[in-house]
Amino acid sequence: MTASRLALRFVALGYLAAILVVPVAFILYKTLEPGPAAVWRSITTPAAVHAFWLTIEVAAIAVPLTTLFGMVCALVLARTRVPGRSVLEALIDLPFAVSPVVIGLALFLLYGREGWLGPTLAEAGIQVIFSVPGIVLATVFVCLPFVVREVTPVLREVGDEAEQAATTLGASPWQTFRRITLPAVRWGLAYGVVLATARAIGEFGAVSVVSGKVSGETETLTLLVEKRFTNFDLAGAYAASGLLAAIALATLLAMTLINRKGAVA
Amino acid sequence: MITLSHVTKRYGERDRAFAALEDVSLEVAPGSLTSLLGPSGSGKSTLLRVIAGLEAPDSGTVILDGVDVTGVPPQRRGIGFVFQHYAAFKRLTVRENVAFGLRVRKWPKALIRERVDELLDLVGLTGYRDRYPSQLSGGQRQRMALARALAIEPKVLLLDEPFGALDAKVRADLRAWLRRLHEEVEVTTVLVTHDQEEAMDVSDRIVVLNEGRVEQVGLPRELYDRPANAFVMGFLGPVARLGGRLVRPHDVVVSAEPADGAAEARVERVVHLGFEVRVELRLAGDGGASAQLTRQEAEELGISPGDAVWVSAPTARTVIAG
Repeated sequence: MTASRLALRFVALGYLAAILVVPVAFILYKTLEPGPAAVWRSITTPAAVHAFWLTIEVAAIAVPLTTLFGMVCALVLARTRVPGRSVLEALIDLPFAVSPVVIGLALFLLYGREGWLGPTLAEAGIQVIFSVPGIVLATVFVCLPFVVREVTPVLREVGDEAEQAATTLGASPWQTFRRITLPAVRWGLAYGVVLATARAIGEFGAVSVVSGKVSGETETLTLLVEKRFTNFDLAGAYAASGLLAAIALATLLAMTLINRKGAVA
Repeated sequence: MITLSHVTKRYGERDRAFAALEDVSLEVAPGSLTSLLGPSGSGKSTLLRVIAGLEAPDSGTVILDGVDVTGVPPQRRGIGFVFQHYAAFKRLTVRENVAFGLRVRKWPKALIRERVDELLDLVGLTGYRDRYPSQLSGGQRQRMALARALAIEPKVLLLDEPFGALDAKVRADLRAWLRRLHEEVEVTTVLVTHDQEEAMDVSDRIVVLNEGRVEQVGLPRELYDRPANAFVMGFLGPVARLGGRLVRPHDVVVSAEPADGAAEARVERVVHLGFEVRVELRLAGDGGASAQLTRQEAEELGISPGDAVWVSAPTARTVIAG
């Protein structure tokens, strides 16, 4: 191996260590410092347990929606020539370009008590802002680009000849999608879902604005971390962070296992 | 039997639209092997895709075996389509590829197996049935694609430059093989190609297309000997221009002495191509032309570059005023 390659590797790994590994390892260390019993108490308080399940619930709704919508959008972008496609292409990236706090405020303006849709929905008995639907909406919004951006290039690369072949052989659009298109983009889709899941679990800015942060009701894990941190409950904040990291790791692990199983089949 | 009437297809915006097909009417006889021949951009692939239903014509009708299928989606047209780049299903084995059309038709498993084995035998891939497309050569992939298209017993078989991605030797072999296969299966077949030799070699009839229009339809020999216009003549073989006429280079007579109706020319180059000798000529005030002589004729003439000769085409069978 040449010296320049070694240097390149050293820089890449060094950067990762400084930016990523050391802080995360430090969090884990700090989390476990008070001892397992204290950590367990900290993450089993009613507020923490509720925050945990709320985070899972939001991700469980937002990620399938993002996946479904992302797949449809990717198909429109890669396979059709409808007018307005370039507008859609630009709009998809909006959640990346705009700060999540701004997204939260926008939802607040639209669905809040004084907003455009808020009063109408309130009359129908649906409260969006300061409640779970608002958190889900905000999460769906920020997760939007992940699946689209991962799947679209793969769709473009594999081309549509195999799909056309399936069509001429008599396959319905759904059969073609399930038997040909979906297997071909599986890796891109899986990666997009992993990214979207990670983001759904970790989203803070947009959720922070629309949730109202009511403990035991609309407080997600990220909000709990922040609250404990600002209340000088550092040990509690570390414990909640550790829980977040554990969910993220479990998700990654699950996706890896699913993919490996898929690759064998 | 395929009948196309007044098929027109345009691409692009209204003001900058270009016509891929302009009022094309055509009949393909049942059981025949017809080639659509033309340069790239002539509309030949678009025409094939219109027959398949992969493209919808702006106007005109497509009739397959007496049924108007213009608005029928490709799934229900009963066609077999073979693509230039194989369009293999990469994640399926050879056997699963061939079985695809039967599986979506919900055939019973035992019947599918029987039919697939039969087809693999027909295309000579029996030993490869459990391989993946990536483990096959280009020629084998294309034979797999053909078996896959034939599995559903299509009314018509449509081949879009099927040998275009293969090298010359494999191309020639597959061409001969396709000819034999067609005699065996007798399905109405339309083949798109830009290679006039391929079209002359495999087809019963050739349709020459240019700029979205049909220039001429006929037997390969007819087109070569009696082209309807300069384009067809030029596309089906080499052309020499002699005194305002277009003739085939092998009809050009070169002599060392002046003769009646012969034009004076200067020899620029003499190229020996085995049995043939190509003589490149510069005609007085009329540009260049080439003559194709046999080796014996060339030796008897004994010409070399710079010589003055007289050229004519008294017995030319193919002449176009141009």
